[in-house]
Amino acid sequence: MWRQANWDEELLFKLSMYGKPTFYFGGNEFAEVVGDVEDLLPKKVVRSKPPQIPNLSEVEVVRHFIRLSQMGYGVDLGPVPLGSCTMKYNPKLLEELAGNEGLRDLHPYQDESTVQGVLEVMYLLQKWLAELVGMDECCLQPPAGASGEFAGALMIKKYHLDRGEVFRDELLVPDNAHGSNPASAAMAGFKVIKIPTSESGEVDIDALRSVLSSRTAGIMLTNPNTLGIFESRIGEIADEVHRAGGLLYYDGANLNGILGVVRPGDMGFDIVHLNIHKTFGAPHGGGGPGAGVICAKGELVDYLPIPTVGFDGVKYFLNYGKKKSIGRVSQFYGNIIPLVKAFLYMLTLGPNVREVAEVAVLNTNYFIKLISGVRGISIPYGKGKFRKHEVVLSFEDLLRDTGVNAEDIAKALIDRGVYAPTIYFPLIVNEAHMVEFTESESRENIEMYAELYRSIVEDAYKDPAKLKKCPENTSVGRLDLGLANHPLTRTPTFKFLSRLGRKSMIR
Amino acid sequence: MPHYWIPNSSPTIKKQLADALGINDVSELFSDVPKELIVNRELDIGLGRSLSELEVKRYFKRLMSKNKVFNDPPPFTGGGICAHYVPAVVGSIISRNEFYTAYTPYQPEVSQGILQALFEYESLIAELYGVDVVNASMYNGSTAAAEALRMAVRVNKRKKVLIPSNVNPEVYEVINTWFLGTGVTINRVGYDRLTGCVDINELEVKLKGGDVSSVYVETPNYFGCIEVYLKELVELTHKYDALVVVNALPISLGVLEAPGVLGADIVVGDAQSLGLGMNFGGPSAGILGISDERMINQLPGRLIGATLDVNGRLAYTMILQAREQHIRRERATSNITTNSSLMAIASAVYLSLLGSEGIKELGESILLRTYYAIRKLSSINGVEVPVFPDGKHFREVTVAFKVESYDELHRGLLKRGILGGKYVGREFPELGEACIMCFTELHSKSDIDVLTSSIEGLLGGS
Repeated sequence: MWRQANWDEELLFKLSMYGKPTFYFGGNEFAEVVGDVEDLLPKKVVRSKPPQIPNLSEVEVVRHFIRLSQMGYGVDLGPVPLGSCTMKYNPKLLEELAGNEGLRDLHPYQDESTVQGVLEVMYLLQKWLAELVGMDECCLQPPAGASGEFAGALMIKKYHLDRGEVFRDELLVPDNAHGSNPASAAMAGFKVIKIPTSESGEVDIDALRSVLSSRTAGIMLTNPNTLGIFESRIGEIADEVHRAGGLLYYDGANLNGILGVVRPGDMGFDIVHLNIHKTFGAPHGGGGPGAGVICAKGELVDYLPIPTVGFDGVKYFLNYGKKKSIGRVSQFYGNIIPLVKAFLYMLTLGPNVREVAEVAVLNTNYFIKLISGVRGISIPYGKGKFRKHEVVLSFEDLLRDTGVNAEDIAKALIDRGVYAPTIYFPLIVNEAHMVEFTESESRENIEMYAELYRSIVEDAYKDPAKLKKCPENTSVGRLDLGLANHPLTRTPTFKFLSRLGRKSMIR
Repeated sequence: MPHYWIPNSSPTIKKQLADALGINDVSELFSDVPKELIVNRELDIGLGRSLSELEVKRYFKRLMSKNKVFNDPPPFTGGGICAHYVPAVVGSIISRNEFYTAYTPYQPEVSQGILQALFEYESLIAELYGVDVVNASMYNGSTAAAEALRMAVRVNKRKKVLIPSNVNPEVYEVINTWFLGTGVTINRVGYDRLTGCVDINELEVKLKGGDVSSVYVETPNYFGCIEVYLKELVELTHKYDALVVVNALPISLGVLEAPGVLGADIVVGDAQSLGLGMNFGGPSAGILGISDERMINQLPGRLIGATLDVNGRLAYTMILQAREQHIRRERATSNITTNSSLMAIASAVYLSLLGSEGIKELGESILLRTYYAIRKLSSINGVEVPVFPDGKHFREVTVAFKVESYDELHRGLLKRGILGGKYVGREFPELGEACIMCFTELHSKSDIDVLTSSIEGLLGGS
């Protein structure tokens, strides 16, 4: 039986009782020439009380963090089928090559003549990504998907402002969209108009039509959507929104299901963002860093953030020439290390990227086949339709029958040595599990995962109380979230630890 | 075409799975896509075919050989990002597969390691900056600054932000972009030509104008000058009920006073100096913290907290998620989802390795190097340093040259294998032909001596 490591590892702050020799950087021959700190700085700017950070030796630090690492779970241990997160395998070649010191030690303000190699990588990546999504140009600057979305929303904003259409203050967002869509739209100063999903699992076109007006700035869509369903009437949607004077923004979080098969540009989208850490082999890092490339076509290209990388036939250069640009959405040129990984990913696969989408979609539908008919589980919306990158299961029936909910099922899954899917999302599905295997899971693993679901559901019908106790094989048991979030007991940093009472002091 | 990264890409398996689904070909899975939208040509991606691992490696190394890495001596270039040493331990820890191939820890029971590491990051940075709460990271210093200023607007509902002209121009541009279309106006405040610090008198005039949400300050600022009167600035700003957002350099805080102690309401920073490498500008991690826990509900981004599990054991989880986009949607405090967790963990490893003693020693040694460089450079005819005669410097120094164009001197240095300063004459014409140079633990005495003698040689026309 699987059991996760449990090291009972103390917090760093309690690790050492005695001061140990700490890391040092070597020779300080400067004091005799320039004097001491007191000679150089007025007392008021000098730190009055040293930060309370324990003084540990190297081996203590290494053991601490390696122990922590063992109380974690990533794609390199087993399936992480988080829907809309596209947790695919991160090829080790990418890690080896992008992790080299030659990249790490490049200063962003080095003369262009000394960074032609990395600029060429960035230029080619821009070009390949633009080709892949059917856009004219891409900018690599946004450091994550949400940042790409924000850049896109700002481009829509500025485009309308430049045309004197100040009144376009509404951005349409389907009710099944990723939460970052409405959040990004609101950050760019838009009013968010929610579009309902029809029973077919697609945008309700009549509802869409009824809200289109001279106030429409555009629509943010992901296709396939978060139900894993392809918006087959995308052509119509694009025509309607364009006719109303709005723009189409493509959320690239779900691109894996159509990679190289259909291009957002051909569907009528004007702006596209891509999640480098989802679709292009760069790891997620336990929550970043990622990269959120933003692409555009036609006149929208002029609105991309600056700089992009240009090529004048002889040399590569940072191009600040876009006069209508929204400006910088982040410092420098983007998260280069993940971007280089995406470059290597595409260099390796070449036009064969289509295989990624084909197998990812095949995996989703094979899983649906295996899970269909399991008591207590339903697949709402779009009855019988093939899904693309992901599928959303509902445990609504199971909850009604047994009192076991989607969260309990997730905890039972992690108790069996796999990671759980995204739960309670999209919001339009009750008791949701959003499952995305990507192309990286083998047939055996998909069958194993479906079998886990089947046996857990069986347990739920036999002995629901047992499932409420899960997980028991992970480093810790189920958490007290009330305690975690209550104003009197929340503990956002070490100094508040006493709020948890005496219990927190005993392990 | 089958590929070894894709287990089910074997034609046999594909066929078996297709059979199970009752379809003849995988393309039928895309039958709901309008035919005219299906890509019917080979996309122009990569080199037009799949490459083997060895081919990719060779191709990539050839590309990388077109970069010049400055190790000997390390870059003297400043401008907000400087060369610092990355201890071997840092790379070793963040290469752990359990860390880097994990997702955001949505399932806390199976993700305690990452959660504890991020909790430790938050606690270490809170200690370093002298504040109550720090979030689990922003993308980098520039977006942390923009988020902080937007947060201040949410806290006090005022519509004006004051930004001195001695801050990093790139960060300023990012802030500017982030306020596009929000109705918030950004006003600038000048700096004192003698100290390089914010002009307090002008600041007061602007504060008197009313409706100021916050004042943004960097220390050391873009010119490398420590904001010596930060405490006075904070007191003045608070008199007008505005908030102070301080962007402080984390590696300076072993020797310089913590911004929280000086009264900053929101602190931000870029963690790059804490062992993350320069990475041609990114990734880094953005630091964002608050001095008063009561502002916690306006905080953007992930926040990790401690709690207990069913058995009463200490455990960690994401807290106050109701602030975030996946729950609050258009009413969220920010759209941020993916942040920079792995880099945050890297900086936590770095700080643990240094300890309170190490971070103090390091800060002092950078300070001493800065002053050694000032002393050496100031001895050269035709070099004006410090440009701000009464300024107190840390790590970065603005250096002006009595030349037609700094560019020529810079290229001369480059020919000698030296990466000089970041030219700032365009953004700050009042400083003349000036650049910002940087001196860190990576620069030995002889590195600085070589820089000095090279500049001397070039200015002397030799």
